[in-house]
Amino acid sequence: MPETITIEVWRYRPEQDSEPAWDSYEVPLRKEWAVLDGLNHIKDQLDGTLSYRWSCRMGICGSCGMTVNGEPKLSCSTFLTDYAPGPVRVEPMRNFPVIRDLVVEMGDFMAKLPTVKPWLVSGDDEPDEDAEYLQTPVEMDDYKRYSMCINCMLCYSACPVYALDPEFIGPAAIALAQRYNLDSRDAGAEDRRDVLASAEGVWACTFVGECSVACPKDVDPAGAIQRYKLTAATKAVKDLLLPRGAR
Amino acid sequence: MGAWHNVVIIGGGGAGLRAAIAVAEANPKLTVAIVSKVYPMRSHTVSAEGGAAAVAGDDDSMDEHAYDTVSGSDWLCDQDAVEAFVVEARKEMLRLEHWGCPWSREQDGRIAVRAFGGMKKKRTWFAADKTGFHLLHTLFQTALSYTDIVRYDEWFVTKLLVHDGRVRGVVAVELATGRVETIVADAVIVCTGGCGRVFPFTTNANIKTGDGMAVAYQAGAPLKDMEFVQYHPTGLPFTGILITEAARAEGGRLLNKDGYRYLQDYDLGQPTDAPVLRSMELGPRDRLSQAFVHEMAKGRTAETEAGHVVHLDLRHLGEKLIDERLPFVRELCASYQNIDPVHELVPVRPVIHYMMGGIHTDINGATPMTGLYAAGEVACVSINGANRLGSNSLPELLVFGARAGRAVAEFVATVPGAATAPVLAQGRDEEHRLERELSERQRSDGERIADIRTEMQETMEAGAGIYRDEASLTKALDKLSELKTRFAHASMDDASRTFNTELIAMLELSGMLDVASCIVASGLRREESRGAHQRTDFPDRNDEKYLAHSVISRKPDGEWRVEYLPVTITRWPPGERVYGR
Ligand SMILES: Cc1cc2nc3c(=O)[nH]c(=O)nc-3n(C[C@H](O)[C@H](O)[C@H](O)COP(=O)(O)OP(=O)(O)OC[C@H]3O[C@@H](n4cnc5c(N)ncnc54)[C@H](O)[C@@H]3O)c2cc1C
Ligand code: SF4
Ligand code: FES
Repeated sequence: MPETITIEVWRYRPEQDSEPAWDSYEVPLRKEWAVLDGLNHIKDQLDGTLSYRWSCRMGICGSCGMTVNGEPKLSCSTFLTDYAPGPVRVEPMRNFPVIRDLVVEMGDFMAKLPTVKPWLVSGDDEPDEDAEYLQTPVEMDDYKRYSMCINCMLCYSACPVYALDPEFIGPAAIALAQRYNLDSRDAGAEDRRDVLASAEGVWACTFVGECSVACPKDVDPAGAIQRYKLTAATKAVKDLLLPRGAR
Repeated sequence: MGAWHNVVIIGGGGAGLRAAIAVAEANPKLTVAIVSKVYPMRSHTVSAEGGAAAVAGDDDSMDEHAYDTVSGSDWLCDQDAVEAFVVEARKEMLRLEHWGCPWSREQDGRIAVRAFGGMKKKRTWFAADKTGFHLLHTLFQTALSYTDIVRYDEWFVTKLLVHDGRVRGVVAVELATGRVETIVADAVIVCTGGCGRVFPFTTNANIKTGDGMAVAYQAGAPLKDMEFVQYHPTGLPFTGILITEAARAEGGRLLNKDGYRYLQDYDLGQPTDAPVLRSMELGPRDRLSQAFVHEMAKGRTAETEAGHVVHLDLRHLGEKLIDERLPFVRELCASYQNIDPVHELVPVRPVIHYMMGGIHTDINGATPMTGLYAAGEVACVSINGANRLGSNSLPELLVFGARAGRAVAEFVATVPGAATAPVLAQGRDEEHRLERELSERQRSDGERIADIRTEMQETMEAGAGIYRDEASLTKALDKLSELKTRFAHASMDDASRTFNTELIAMLELSGMLDVASCIVASGLRREESRGAHQRTDFPDRNDEKYLAHSVISRKPDGEWRVEYLPVTITRWPPGERVYGR
């Protein structure tokens, strides 16, 4: 194994750069080092101006999404040795405006998220405050996968639909809506319907499936979207065929 | 001009979000803002793995949870706070269930509970081994439904504004633009979490730099029991990533390099096949971490590139149980250690994990400063005393986050109006200071921020680690004061305003140097051994002199003063901590 590896980083500082450029750094190649450790080495020892987000460095806070050699990755869970002998190219996530260097603007997702009402809407069956809802492990399996989303945005970065249509509410937001729709305790599916079944909701998706490939937590947002299309289609057919009271 | 809200909460982790919801519920007319240096769902609560304790089964009782907590704390907690805590913990966990938290379940649909270290009954609620993740996302998503809660995402608080003895707001920098804003408030709740990053080897995320402790201390609020820092016995070497105690609760065993269950040599009971509560691997964290040091001294730990380790053996648990109950452990071992715990031993060593001490508050989160409240890991109520029990922290941030929120809502309703001009003037001063920092640190001859930070962390490990003595602590204190002087001249490469993370790192380091000094100074004064504070020169607990909280505060001349406050004892007089017997 060589002792060092070159990391090529996409740089953009709006206050001084008129356009982006690549900077290249040589960092130690250690078998335990994630791409993030390489960036931290650059930041601490070589160039304090490099900006990126990170926090937990254990793949759970969702801060450190980047494009590594062309693919959307969590930089804390992507290892340098997998790219040896290098170079490794690190860019910001695609499909987002860049604030600076590897830091992207994710305000769009933060604004869309509440529109799908990703919280539990309680129904008539809510138990007393000193008791829990009963929910069997089998019932939990129905939505559990969709509850694993860490909001890392890699799926948006991978999504060709979002690239063309920024109004699309996107894979993670839909998966999170489904996380509640499919929860036996929730009674909010109706409230979420207008947004999910709109043109910018599931129907915008052309089922490319890149989101599920990119997802580091196996959430399968593409599956969530497909499943909702089915629900919405069935519902639409019912709406056509049945009188109001019987829907 | 500045912004204004009735209540400003610093921090969008578990404690901050819970407090915000409590304020909104207590009085929907109040405006509440959460100011957080990361998006709330990135907060460190997200990393908590094992679970959250609250009485669940019929075989358990509030008194037993309280007793485990009191004895676990080596009697340094306040028992009135613990009694309130155990009762409200259960309510809070059920509340969270109603909000949608996917707690793991029994076959019949009831909440499942697991064993945890130092707990005599199974009472730890869990969501597989991603409890903190689910808890935080549930709180965050629920908070989204309260449209009146305003958020300042990715804003870094640099200072508390104090006028006429009252806390009146904060100054914060917006990361994206570098804009400095004065945010005026009737009351501030600090929910900024712990400070593990003052040490080199920690389970704590990069953001856990003790900022809230630092700004409170600088504003004149006292910090309590700062000498008590928890080492968790099982972190992965090199990364410090936590392998949750739940792994031992499910039956994992600790082996020395000879494959021997060494804990039996340290008064923690005898090895059995099935795990026994409050015994062996399920002893408290302080005792297990100390046992590691002795084992190392005896030459019975294994040596690796990343230092000495012992082994956690999960192989006998089998793939099915591991995948069902410890999937994250398997994922972390695979990604970061390149091993599969289903078939291999997991190397582990003690790692800095949790801060028992923090901003001194009463049982409602109020500090001695009017208008200033604190909750969560940043606060010291204290239910944790000299050693926190695993899985008591998540319920703590719910219970005391909610309490602080309610107390603030009441306080704000009664507080008289006050002129904002003097606080806005302070805000401008702070803005100028930050501008000076940005321009004056652009020099080529100064030391790097990262180098000073590394030296501080090494100083803390060497001087205030699992075992300490007068000489090590004194040396550390001297070194820290040298580092403060050097820090004043440290330089930065980055002069821009847009997302300047070097500026943030500099501000964090400035606070950490204060927090580190408080830890060491408090440790130097406490001439006894209790819980996580072990003095080799004073190996015994001394209840006559030190059954008391240490309280450190800053004097106007910048020096500190350590005083002691009595511990509240309601029903459990100090006794021996017995495990495995
Ligand atoms: C790996 C790990 C596993 C754990 N597992 C468990 C467990 O199983 N059970 C248990 O009970 N406990 C566990 N703990 C402990 C527990 O997770 C923490 O004590 C708890 O989550 C702290 O929550 P908090 O809300 O106080 O702070 P945090 O979640 O750390 O949130 C702090 C907030 O403050 C903000 N902030 C900080 N500084 C500033 C600033 N200057 N300006 C603006 N905002 C700021 C941050 O952005 C963040 O939003 C674990 C801890 C770790 C490290
Ligand atoms: S669905 Fe997956 S890729 Fe998308 S934000 Fe969630 S965790 Fe990330
Ligand atoms: S740093 Fe948290 S997911 Fe990578």
